[in-house]
Amino acid sequence: MNSMITIMTLVLALATIVVALVSIRTKQLPVAILAAGLVGLFASVLFIILAAPDVAMTQAAIGSGLTTFLFFFVLGRVRGMGKNDAEEGEFD
Amino acid sequence: MIKRLIVLLLMLVLGTIFWQLLSAYQPDTELNLTGRYYADHTADDLGAANVVTAIIVTYRGLDTLGEVTVLFLSAAIVGLVLASGRQGEKQRQQLTPVGELLTIGMRLLVPLFMLLGVYIFVNGHLTPGGGFQGGAVIASGVLLTLLVDPVKHFSHRLIAIIESLSGFFYVSLGAMGLLLAGGFLDNRILPLGELGHLFSAGAIPLIYSLIGLKVGAEFSSMLIDFSETEAP
Repeated sequence: MNSMITIMTLVLALATIVVALVSIRTKQLPVAILAAGLVGLFASVLFIILAAPDVAMTQAAIGSGLTTFLFFFVLGRVRGMGKNDAEEGEFD
Repeated sequence: MIKRLIVLLLMLVLGTIFWQLLSAYQPDTELNLTGRYYADHTADDLGAANVVTAIIVTYRGLDTLGEVTVLFLSAAIVGLVLASGRQGEKQRQQLTPVGELLTIGMRLLVPLFMLLGVYIFVNGHLTPGGGFQGGAVIASGVLLTLLVDPVKHFSHRLIAIIESLSGFFYVSLGAMGLLLAGGFLDNRILPLGELGHLFSAGAIPLIYSLIGLKVGAEFSSMLIDFSETEAP
């Protein structure tokens, strides 16, 4: 039982690092945002394994839920701006 | 080249520090003095089944008041900065309609989100979670509504009233602890009740519900401010 928890922790920690690297290195912004959200989700599972469900809930709700949504929201805004700029450029 | 060398050197130093921390790490076999006090006395003194909640709301209640204040400050600053770019009536035709899946899903999920958020903060003294988590869940319900209908009008006045009233009553309950019980934010102003029941732990459920409402209102007002701001 104990060794299984250790293995799970190691796998989760490795996955967190991999996903964080993906989030930094990728060129596509939606993938980067999703990967950043996944980092938070893995972290919250780690918190549950470490017997801290309160922290895990905060991490899941804010770290991987609200922040991801907010980033997408802003991304949509910024993209819209980019489109408008391009259209204005065409008219010029 | 030099830049890379400096980065490498920095990582090496950090690695050494962390390695030393890790190699000297020994897990505690028992709780330390403060932790043991909390674990032993929470159920008898405060009547809260969730020790974490008892620490957050009562033992370290002043810190929580500070956290709520910081959150309020950031929400106020977001509102202040974005107020200049607030738009009047945005034309509905400009927006591309969101899919049917999202619309129906929103109608189904938002009441459940709200219910879950309220459940989390009302049961903060019994189960994991509390005001901050519940408030964040409520705010995600608001966010889902905004994703479906970005021009939906939310009453800023209502949110402001909820936010200020819960802040006011939170501090008032704290001050009542000063008068009626052991100190500021003491939960024993109300009967402690039976351990593990919904109406127990004195003022903790009340205080955590107020925190939940306040945090939910603050997050929601921030999200609505973001949504209502005109793209420059």
